Amino acid sequence: MPRTVVSVLTVVAALIALWYAAVVPMNIKEALTSAERAGQVVTPDSAMLRRDTGAFTLITNNSFAIPATFNQARPRLPAPHQVLAELWNTTVMKNITSKRSLVYHGWITLSATLLGFAIGTGLGILLAVGIVHSRVMDMSVMPWAIVSQTIPIIALAPMIIVVLYSIGIQGIIPKAIISAYLSFFPVVVGMVKGLRSPDAMQLDLLKTYSAGQVQTFWKLRLPASIPYLFTSLKIGIAASLVGAIVGELPTGAVSGLGARLLAGSYYGQTVQIWSALFGAAILAAGLVGLIGLAERKLLKRMGFGT
Amino acid sequence: MIRDRLEMALGVWMLLIVMLPLTLLVATLTLRNADVMGRPALIWIALFAWLVWQMIGLLASHFAARKWAQFLAPALLGLIILFAWEVTVRAFVVPLVILPAPSLIVVRFFSSLPILWSDFVQTFVKGALSGYLIGCGAAFLMAIMVDKSDFLRRGLLPVGNFVAALPIVGTAPILVMWFGFDWQSKAAVVVVMVFFPMLINTVAGLREASVMQRDLMKTYGASYWQGFFKLRLPAAMPFIFNGLKISTTLALIGAIVAEFFGSPTVGMGFRISTSVGQLALDMVWAEIIVAALAGSAFYGVVAIIEKGVTFWHPSQRG
Repeated sequence: MPRTVVSVLTVVAALIALWYAAVVPMNIKEALTSAERAGQVVTPDSAMLRRDTGAFTLITNNSFAIPATFNQARPRLPAPHQVLAELWNTTVMKNITSKRSLVYHGWITLSATLLGFAIGTGLGILLAVGIVHSRVMDMSVMPWAIVSQTIPIIALAPMIIVVLYSIGIQGIIPKAIISAYLSFFPVVVGMVKGLRSPDAMQLDLLKTYSAGQVQTFWKLRLPASIPYLFTSLKIGIAASLVGAIVGELPTGAVSGLGARLLAGSYYGQTVQIWSALFGAAILAAGLVGLIGLAERKLLKRMGFGT
Repeated sequence: MIRDRLEMALGVWMLLIVMLPLTLLVATLTLRNADVMGRPALIWIALFAWLVWQMIGLLASHFAARKWAQFLAPALLGLIILFAWEVTVRAFVVPLVILPAPSLIVVRFFSSLPILWSDFVQTFVKGALSGYLIGCGAAFLMAIMVDKSDFLRRGLLPVGNFVAALPIVGTAPILVMWFGFDWQSKAAVVVVMVFFPMLINTVAGLREASVMQRDLMKTYGASYWQGFFKLRLPAAMPFIFNGLKISTTLALIGAIVAEFFGSPTVGMGFRISTSVGQLALDMVWAEIIVAALAGSAFYGVVAIIEKGVTFWHPSQRG
């Protein structure tokens, strides 16, 4: 375990170092332009010439400008500490009800994600139960559930938003529908697999106990499906979050992580984009981590894998 | 229950032969009068759905093992949905800006084939496909490097697993800013999206050959690369193809969503977002058909290649 932690930390450190190293060539041109405006001597001394010069030549000729690349207001690639500072400023330092707080925007997205995830998971489990118990549904619905996973469903998102808006539904519901749609199919496919996982021996045993279909479901199929359920829940919640974020893009929503991304890209606020991105990443990691935690606790209590 | 009685009396084939013209009759009558029907349309839809559902039931109870029935059953379900959609839209005069009828979408699809084709080329061939090849190729090479070092594998895999669960589409605005509006930025988004799933799967696959098998290669005096190409790469193929298949969908999603952040005036994501803005929903649906066809065809091609490459694997023999 400690060896794993050491290697993970090394890799993360290497990634951060790589990031810092990339900041210099990415931002050097802007840094030199502003240095020239401030009256410093820059080689070559016109923006036109610099445009055709490679980033590394510029760095070696103007090494004095390197520190400036880490602290620009609108860098092409913000340095890690800038993103961290922005994250800190927009979460801890701001009132969480403020429109400039990332917590506020994160909550808007999170609420849509959770609502959609709950709807999608519930419907998915119901459909899976139907598919497992009905031959007709298995033959006709299951292929669609599988094929639909190869289709970029997210392309539907803008239309769902606009159509629902035109019939007077807006706010959290349209985003939740997209989230539900995205988490629905992974859950169906995973749960069908899980509900079918008891083998013939186990099913026969319940038959010798003269258990009915309902009893077999509650006492054997459902418990056996729980590991499969959690695997698909983890995929589903990540998909839900993506759905909620993408659902905020096409309407020009004013709040939510997706709206922060969009506004950032309109106004060139790169630091804001990166901090929204990291906010989304932390949110996703937190959600998947929570489900993983619940999975470990529950499976342990149920006696799996001991 | 009615079906069971009739089935006993007539036999499966006779029943099907009786039901088929009946269903066709219901369908023609309904479709012909759908525009003036109003409320009663619901009864007709229910009747049609019931008839077709009974046919699926017959297929499921008698021909479940047949290949053609396995294709026909989902197709019939699709037919029910299309029929209900078409009749509802026409009978209740649903405005075009909420839901266009399937017939209208098909007309739009075939009348704007040139536009759809150029969108397809821009988004799929230039954006998704090139990004897919670059991303999967880079991840594969990286996986070989990672696999050689125990330290890297232990450090990079948890990080890769973490990154694979993140909403990576969010990098789209940044990459559009860096690489411009044209397909290069879409390809870049796709590269970032497919890289980690592919990396994790390939690394897991390269660990698949057992210690015994590797020892056997060693006793043959095989070099690293001989062992790699003759044992570990073939053993990794099911995992690699799993990554490749997951990546097909991700590639299309990445290419389409990246266009929402800025694109030239061509491309599937561009067309979807502008057509939604003009409330030309039939065009949006036509574009969704293209996306669905492209997505499942892409997946299908990779699955066929997989079948050829991993013919020895238990999952392909069943």
